[in-house]
Amino acid sequence: PAPKPNQPTSFEATADKEDTSAPETVVQSSVPQPKDDFQEELVIRPLHSGDIYASFQFRTLWETDFMRGNKVSHYRLFPKSLGQVISKFSVRELHISFTQGYWRTMQWGQPFLPSPPGAELWVWFQDSVTDVDGTWKELTNVLSGIFCASLNFIDSTNTVQPSASFKPLGIGNVTDHRFLRYATLPREIVCTENLTPWKKLLPCGSKAGLAVLLKSEKLFHSSFHSQAVHIRPVCQDWQCKTTSWELRQTLNVVFDLHTPGQGKLEWSLFKMFSRTLTEACPLASSSKIYIDITDDPQGEQFEVSPATHLLSQAMVLGDRRTFSVYDLTQQITFGTVRSLNLLIRWKSSEDMLRPLLHAERYVAGYGLQTGEIHTLMYNNHPYRSFPVLLLDSVPWYLRLYIHTLTVTSKGKDNKPSYIHYQPSKDRVRPHLLEMLVQLPPNSVTEVTVQFERALLKWTEYTPDPNHGFYVGSSVISSLVPSIVAMDTNSTREQPLFSSFFPCKEESSYFMRVYTEPLLVNLPTPDFSMPYNVICLTCTVVAVGYGSLYNLLTRSFQIEEPSPGLAKRIANIIRKMRGVPPL
Amino acid sequence: MGLLSDPNRRRALISLLTRLNAPICVVCYMAGVAWFMGLAFEPFTLRTYMSENAMGSTMVEERFPAGERALGTGREFSAHKKKAGGMPVDWLVKTMQSRGLEVFTQRFSRRLPFPDEDKERYMVKGTNVYGILRAPRAPRTEALVLSAPCSPGDDNNQAVGVLLGLAQYFRNQVFWAKDIIFLVNEHDLIGMQAWLEGYHHTNTTGMDWSPLQGRGGSIQAALSLELSSDVVTSLDLVLEGLNGQLPNLDLANLFYAFCQKIGVLCTTQGKLQRNDWDSVSGYSHAVQTMMLMVMKQASGRPWGDHGLFLRYHIEAATIKGINSFRQYKTDATTIGRLLEGMYRKLNNLLERLHQSYFFYLMPSLSHFVSIGYYMPAFGLLALILLLRALDLWIQLATPPPRTEDGVADAEQMSSPGVLSVLTPLVISHLTGVALYTLPIHFQEIAVEHFPVSETEAVVLTAIAVYTAGLALPHNTHRLLTGRGTENGWKVLKLVAVLYLAVLLGCTALINFSLGFILALTLVPVAAFVTPDVPKALSAFIMVILSPACTLLFSVFLFQELQEMPVSFLDGWMLYLSVISQGILDHALYGSLVYPLVALLVYPCWLLFWNILFWK
Repeated sequence: PAPKPNQPTSFEATADKEDTSAPETVVQSSVPQPKDDFQEELVIRPLHSGDIYASFQFRTLWETDFMRGNKVSHYRLFPKSLGQVISKFSVRELHISFTQGYWRTMQWGQPFLPSPPGAELWVWFQDSVTDVDGTWKELTNVLSGIFCASLNFIDSTNTVQPSASFKPLGIGNVTDHRFLRYATLPREIVCTENLTPWKKLLPCGSKAGLAVLLKSEKLFHSSFHSQAVHIRPVCQDWQCKTTSWELRQTLNVVFDLHTPGQGKLEWSLFKMFSRTLTEACPLASSSKIYIDITDDPQGEQFEVSPATHLLSQAMVLGDRRTFSVYDLTQQITFGTVRSLNLLIRWKSSEDMLRPLLHAERYVAGYGLQTGEIHTLMYNNHPYRSFPVLLLDSVPWYLRLYIHTLTVTSKGKDNKPSYIHYQPSKDRVRPHLLEMLVQLPPNSVTEVTVQFERALLKWTEYTPDPNHGFYVGSSVISSLVPSIVAMDTNSTREQPLFSSFFPCKEESSYFMRVYTEPLLVNLPTPDFSMPYNVICLTCTVVAVGYGSLYNLLTRSFQIEEPSPGLAKRIANIIRKMRGVPPL
Repeated sequence: MGLLSDPNRRRALISLLTRLNAPICVVCYMAGVAWFMGLAFEPFTLRTYMSENAMGSTMVEERFPAGERALGTGREFSAHKKKAGGMPVDWLVKTMQSRGLEVFTQRFSRRLPFPDEDKERYMVKGTNVYGILRAPRAPRTEALVLSAPCSPGDDNNQAVGVLLGLAQYFRNQVFWAKDIIFLVNEHDLIGMQAWLEGYHHTNTTGMDWSPLQGRGGSIQAALSLELSSDVVTSLDLVLEGLNGQLPNLDLANLFYAFCQKIGVLCTTQGKLQRNDWDSVSGYSHAVQTMMLMVMKQASGRPWGDHGLFLRYHIEAATIKGINSFRQYKTDATTIGRLLEGMYRKLNNLLERLHQSYFFYLMPSLSHFVSIGYYMPAFGLLALILLLRALDLWIQLATPPPRTEDGVADAEQMSSPGVLSVLTPLVISHLTGVALYTLPIHFQEIAVEHFPVSETEAVVLTAIAVYTAGLALPHNTHRLLTGRGTENGWKVLKLVAVLYLAVLLGCTALINFSLGFILALTLVPVAAFVTPDVPKALSAFIMVILSPACTLLFSVFLFQELQEMPVSFLDGWMLYLSVISQGILDHALYGSLVYPLVALLVYPCWLLFWNILFWK
């Protein structure tokens, strides 16, 4: 059997690298560490497609304990609304994301933090919680208020308990999935009303620091927008003597920079966000901007101004990247104009290393009775196979025929080594299908399963039933072999001693890929019909059935008209004579 | 329902229906035809109106500026097409990529069951190229399609040019909420079939295609563009799709609304709309337009590349540029603006097009006849069959008054029994199966033994089987039961009449035009035929009214309506090619007209033929 992806450690490894490898160049302030700490950073990466990817991360760490009876009442950097949520609902980990658009893996590569279109929420509760479902229901309603989103539509029909795909990302060793709840709302539309409450959670709001760039008129004028909140317990130090709570707010946005022609592309902070930076958030212990210049460290294709000498290397998603760093806590960064407007000019290069793992999904077939869900998983690694965990949560109104489940790679049957299937119950819970599949190198693995479309009750249709019904994205989680490890005949200058054995840390990294959600049409009645149907039914009952019933139940008798007096007398005489009567 | 429970009144009603059966049938037939002809009369029809609010009230601006550049691209395409001797795949991929689309290709191949002589193809190999314009911040759940066929020769280059021009222009707009797929398909319908099957991962016709790499979710609407000249005088809207399916009427309304707004002449069936509905010529114009639509719909074949989308519940239409000798010309910029406007409105759709009618006839672009109005015409024809059936039923149920011996008669009545009815049914259906299967299977043998091509072999085999069916043994009941009984043919006819009624009723529900045309010719046959009528004359009339002759007349009528009358010999050649096309449509796209006629309608007609020669 294939090894299970060891998700927490890998995430920690990547995350820690992102965080710790960069600030080596910065001198830590000698002030005694406060019990809470806030960091902000922005990563800008020009993409091969010519678009530009900006990823904000705001991290608040707080060494406190929400759980131990003592009521936390004094909040400094950590938002009180979330702190109360954690203590009231005994949340151990909470991950929520709102995404507008679909991350185009084949054009853009891997995102730093993947998220599916719409809203996604997954929560690990403390093992002290007795009524998990009730707590979950309340929690979603509270979060719905906090984030101004329709999370209250999360109920038992779209909640699942994945057994393997979503492991806790923070410390702790409870992996009993009874305390996990996972739900997506693929139809959730994300807009400014979700951004504003999200910004309010930041210590500086949108008044200072990197958050001044978050203006909705530009953020929602993009190809992709995703904002998320992750809360988890983490270690305070490397010995893990004390734990603290980490709140990580992330916002990822991709700006479309399509210009016909071959010229250099030009982009600046002002062009992207219609703002420039003048200061760091005063509460932040670290405030940095990273610009990914890996694709051209010599500066042939990249021009960044103002130039910086601070460079940083980090392993991101199995790839060694080089970044230019701008430290906003240093006044010198802002120069004489006291304002930082980063300007990037670059030529987009045509060829991109294909992402090692990507997936797509679609509905096959026609007609409104049956259909087939196809999920395609691409392993683009030239010689290594790796296992992936596929999670599918399908609403009950698509009745999966699980016996038709097939998994094929390269034309051959590919038997999953682990299948966890929970059938749906009508109007109660969705289907849950989790599989561990080994993807052969350089192959496409196709998972197909047939379904039947249910006919809903007429009050169960949405107000726009002909739009179709959404099926949330499948989630594919995997430990992917590193790109660096694959890079055997690299043209990059590397010391020879560094490139013989692929080292353990670099050999694989955790990755999560979301497929596109599906829009499925169900058989939909014509809703102007009830009147017609009532009329027709009444007519049929009255005229057709009524008359038939009448005919069937009535007894027909031939009624003899009462004979006249003469006839009666004649009959009496005939009777006496013994002759049959008239 | 005192009428039926009262024996006296029931008897009166029955005697009325039996006594006046023939006159009522004649009146029904006349009324049905008159009703149908009346449908084209403008005061009896409804004006079209936009039902879908998402497309009706929203305003859009059309600003497409680059018609000239699009035509330039079209010329470039034509040069590359000539150089490549077919689809210039590499050039298209590069051009689409430079316009910022995600580009994918699909290869397909298909061996036709027999060579298609009209389009001169047998082994078809090709490549479809399509580019997807990803809508910003959309999760790939919905898409719109704009397609242009890559035709051989110099056709349709302008369509590809306009398509690429629109792609470039659309790419720089921010308002798209649905992905837009720009598709250039090779080998017209075959390529389109391959693409659609690939997109939906179905295989209904046994075609080979490579799987698609990129998708845009569920397709909401599609337009196919055909444009072969730099300027056009009018745009023609083609709606008739596979098996007589039509797109939602709102799509036609949308086209009409934009033609009005932008000031482009628009036609349907190639006929401009006229305003003089009260004059005889104006009315006959409307009748011609409607009859053309009925003919096209009845043929069951897709009349443009859009026709295959309809199977997948995607509303689609073909827009065809027509360049005639009129003064008034429309340039490519205007066509681009028209398409831009249509796509912007389709982009606004929240739901699939479903508000308006799916079943309609159009006597002009601004008027339509909905199913509620045209169905009575068919209903009146179908009523004849029911009346005849009732008449026969009563004749069978009431013993002839002159016989005294009731017991013997009852025995005779039940004796025609199952076998004498079943045998002709089985024989005629076996003939139908032969008509359906033999032409394609016997083509090799036919080619070996006769100096004909494969296509001719198929068509001539079909005609031969059809004719041979007439000469089959029609009096099997005599072998089985000794001699034909009076009631025997009546039972058979009762079965046949009801069979025909059900058959035509179902056909008319799916494809009104086909059902109505078949009813026009088959109902009189079913009504009058008995063994007692003069044999020679009746046989002649029956042959004239048989499905094959109906098709022949339809071919001539269609040519007449298109104002392209043909001589008898040309008409005959056309007739043969229509038969081969019908068989090909069935094999290639799954059109159901050929199996319907061969397996059901023809056997049903044979039953009546059988009755005529009942002894």
